[in-house]
Amino acid sequence: MIGEMKAGTNFERVLRAGHFAVTAELGPPDSSNPADVLHEIEVMGGAVDAYNATDASGAHCHMSSVAVSALTAQQGLDPILQISCRDKNRIAIQGDVLGAAALGVGNVLCLTGDDVTAGDQPQAKRVFDFDCMHLLRTLRIMRDKSMFLSGRPLTTAPKLFLGAASNPFAMPFDFRPIRLAKKIEAGADFIQTQYCFDIPRLKEYMKRVVDMGLHEKAFIMVGVGPMKGGRSAEFIRKNVPGVRIPDAVVDRLNAAPKGKKAEEGKKICVEMIQQAMEIEGISGAHIMAYKLEHQVPDIVKEAGLWPRPVVEPVEVAEQLPVASNGQG
Amino acid sequence: MSIGSWLRDHPRMLERAYGSTKSLFQKLDPVIKRIGYERVNRWIAGPEDWSKRLAFDCKMCGQCVLHSTGMTCSMSCPKNLRNGACGGVRENGHCEVKPEMRCVWVEAFERSEKMGEWGQEISHIQPPVNRQLEGTSAWVNMLTGVDKEVPKGWVGINTIPVLEKSGGQS
Ligand code: SF4
Repeated sequence: MIGEMKAGTNFERVLRAGHFAVTAELGPPDSSNPADVLHEIEVMGGAVDAYNATDASGAHCHMSSVAVSALTAQQGLDPILQISCRDKNRIAIQGDVLGAAALGVGNVLCLTGDDVTAGDQPQAKRVFDFDCMHLLRTLRIMRDKSMFLSGRPLTTAPKLFLGAASNPFAMPFDFRPIRLAKKIEAGADFIQTQYCFDIPRLKEYMKRVVDMGLHEKAFIMVGVGPMKGGRSAEFIRKNVPGVRIPDAVVDRLNAAPKGKKAEEGKKICVEMIQQAMEIEGISGAHIMAYKLEHQVPDIVKEAGLWPRPVVEPVEVAEQLPVASNGQG
Repeated sequence: MSIGSWLRDHPRMLERAYGSTKSLFQKLDPVIKRIGYERVNRWIAGPEDWSKRLAFDCKMCGQCVLHSTGMTCSMSCPKNLRNGACGGVRENGHCEVKPEMRCVWVEAFERSEKMGEWGQEISHIQPPVNRQLEGTSAWVNMLTGVDKEVPKGWVGINTIPVLEKSGGQS
């Protein structure tokens, strides 16, 4: 086993057993109907190890990530709860995490979050009380020290496998590995990158990451996703913060015959996974198939990552409150 | 080019100015203490706000980390990030939120590389902001030490003694 088991979730077990992990993003519904979430899950056909429940990504409101995660856990599947610093202060976040853990959530992805101006309610107040570094470390304190950030003890600490995002494709490039090191020091056990369409840039980034030994301290997963066609790729690179899609990819999508564009998009996604698998330090792929969730099983199969491994559960010890609080 | 942006492009000079102001305040500490930190805060917050706003576009968070952020005020990042650039930086190095502005952290990183003494500190993890200090003098807060105070749980994550794990039962 690689490293010490923190939460013992399916996702964590797959990674620590040394398998190439696969996760995918669940599209949260604009509805209050749990059946909509179950449908999304069903569409993925069990092709992934864990399901990311996004937290109002792109500053667009949907069903809450805590609820989507809990519904996923109820199905006996493994959710990754995404938390963004944009909408909640430190008080709300810590409470949400305890609640989510009580409902069976063990993986948490800590994000800064897209700005409110990226969404359809730009009039909203941006919170950003924490940045993602504070969020990571606070959750690590809750897990490892069994207390809130304030020092007040928890009677039962949440067992968490903590993650963070990274964008190797955004400036300042030389700072990105340093920032990754900070995130790992703050508490990240796994990393999911922004959409990768640029393998040479990823290689450059990973070279620095490997030189710094960071791939041994956290599991780094490449973010990928299929595009519907040239037009939607262009829309995404223009409107979704931090996504870089090289012209060559857009041209390739445009050149595909009508009716075959989505197929081409899927092919590119599979190629990205396969090329990323060859890079030292990459431990998994995270598929963001926005509105193309039905493609996920095919992508996983075509990338040669089917069937998913089964790793037996192990016991994870209870964390007791810290001695300095006179507890325990 | 404004005075502020000219100054910010000379991080080494700013770093020296910061260093000497810091030691001036430290030397004056006994005097300031006698007058009372509260009262000095009232006198100084205004001029400090004015001068730092001019030089750094300061937001008066009251806990200055300029020397750890390439002499660039991280509070002018619309997301108030204290630990580095978000993933939304545009292809031209401009801000996700304010397309007309260069990303504060792109500038911070460039400038930190030009700094002598504190440039390395950009790789340190900065603790959460104490929002209670907003609008107060960072210099006075430095002297009283309140700017270094962190939430109790944050202290020494690796040094707080943990009881023996009882292991096994869950
Ligand atoms: S792009 Fe830079 S300045 Fe703008 S929100 Fe992100 S980190 Fe802050």
